Amino acid sequence: MRLQDIVRGLEEGNRRALARAITYVENDYPEGKEIMKRVFKKTGNAHVVGITGFPGVGKSTTVSKLVQKFREKGRKVGVVAVDPGSPFTGGALLGDRLRMEGLDVSKNLWLDPGVFFRSMSSRGRAGGLAAKTGDVIRLLDAFGFDVILVETVGAGQSEVDIVEVADTSIVVMMPEMGDDIQINKAGILEIGDIYVVNKADLGGAEKTVKWLKSMIMMDQEAVEILSKTSHADEYAVESGEIFERMKRSSDWTPPIITTVADRGEGIDELVDAIEKHFNHLKSSGKLKERRVRRISREVFSIITEEIRNILINEKGGSFREVVEMVVNNEIDPHTAAERMIRDLRTNT
Amino acid sequence: MERKIRVLVAKVGLDGHDRGAKVVARFLRDAGFEVIYTGLHRTPEEVAMAAVQEDVDVVGISLHSGAHMTLVPKVMRYIEEYGGDLSEMVILVGGIVPEDDIQKLKEMGVDGVFIPGTPIERIIDFIRKRVPEKKRGEKAKA
Ligand SMILES: Nc1nc2c(ncn2[C@@H]2O[C@H](COP(=O)(O)OP(=O)(O)OP(=O)(O)O)[C@@H](O)[C@H]2O)c(=O)[nH]1
Ligand SMILES: [Mg+2]
Repeated sequence: MRLQDIVRGLEEGNRRALARAITYVENDYPEGKEIMKRVFKKTGNAHVVGITGFPGVGKSTTVSKLVQKFREKGRKVGVVAVDPGSPFTGGALLGDRLRMEGLDVSKNLWLDPGVFFRSMSSRGRAGGLAAKTGDVIRLLDAFGFDVILVETVGAGQSEVDIVEVADTSIVVMMPEMGDDIQINKAGILEIGDIYVVNKADLGGAEKTVKWLKSMIMMDQEAVEILSKTSHADEYAVESGEIFERMKRSSDWTPPIITTVADRGEGIDELVDAIEKHFNHLKSSGKLKERRVRRISREVFSIITEEIRNILINEKGGSFREVVEMVVNNEIDPHTAAERMIRDLRTNT
Repeated sequence: MERKIRVLVAKVGLDGHDRGAKVVARFLRDAGFEVIYTGLHRTPEEVAMAAVQEDVDVVGISLHSGAHMTLVPKVMRYIEEYGGDLSEMVILVGGIVPEDDIQKLKEMGVDGVFIPGTPIERIIDFIRKRVPEKKRGEKAKA
């Protein structure tokens, strides 16, 4: 497909154009960048909801039931499901789609024109998302989906990248999880706007709920204490979005919702919580705040990358020269950097 | 960067086991492909829609029900109906398919048919060779 066909197709609501646009963006083709530039003005309307949690807790099952509920409410829903891809072979088995099964067999989620589902490989990247997940979400947003559900890799280890792309982050757990040092270390207790204890049919959910409650309270107390110290700002800069999320204490206490996802139990409550959180973000001005922070980081990292490229390519010669001087103890690294920056300022 | 080859592994129809399809899916993953697995009992429409939304290079249809002569053409027809381009998608069929039907399926535009017992390397090599060929617009060698 040619670039202009894709761009026009996107405007006309052509799913095939959307699918191909995603492929270009995902593979970092020049066309992908061009498409992003052209559609960007249309983004910013969707509610992006992240779903994260350990492997097998029921993320995909929950996603499918959420899709169904949001469809019943007349929303158009896009799904991006990220599964792990091997950094060695490059291969991936993307198995989230097979859970796309509503409770109502008369409504086929696979064929519903108001649903678009795309599987992505993490391609060996840590953090729970693929490198281009953010841009793929934007494509879905520009295409007109009202809600975009993003399922992260179920790695259980610091898959906290989701807060970089989602307005609302849901952490899914199951009974028998808790009292567990691993979970505390994973960082997922700091990122949830909503917590779900799924598989309540297995028993023992109350215990996990209780434990979660105590963790969230501890979290909030810690933040309150930290906020009052003189290091609060320093801490905020270092841990970025996560600290901001922790500061929710004053106006948003993350609800804990018990579900049996495969039977659809608790999903109405979950949808309520998701919508409440979005309203809270909007009315408190936090939606804007989060997006400003996110875009700042994004633009910042693009600039950093560009400067890196300039230093490596255009200014490669003088860059190697100053490095050589540092190696020979003629100047120190700071002086070297200052020289390079002066060079960049004067001849670009 | 070379674009990753994406493969949809689909079970259509009523037959109730997918051990074979899952094993193939895993081997394809280990060969470096991005494999999307659909699960059991998909309809031709569902497989076609998934192929279009996932923008796959290869659609592998696994069936053991004997209904390949009706289900496979249906998948292909729906792919086109949903805007997919069969001229650049490689269509594979796996299952117990009699010799006569293999020929007929190929005439309909199926790129390859693999009966049970085919060494998995043959399927992998076929995909590696056929995907770029088809993208260049070359006809299949029957
Ligand atoms: N007993 C029970 N099983 C459930 C429930 N929800 C999901 N499951 C099952 O749990 C298994 C894993 O569900 P998924 O939805 O694939 O879990 P996931 O978190 O997406 O898994 P990964 O993507 O592999 O990390 C499946 O067999 C589901 O049928 C539940 O509420 N109760
Ligand atoms: Mg999943």
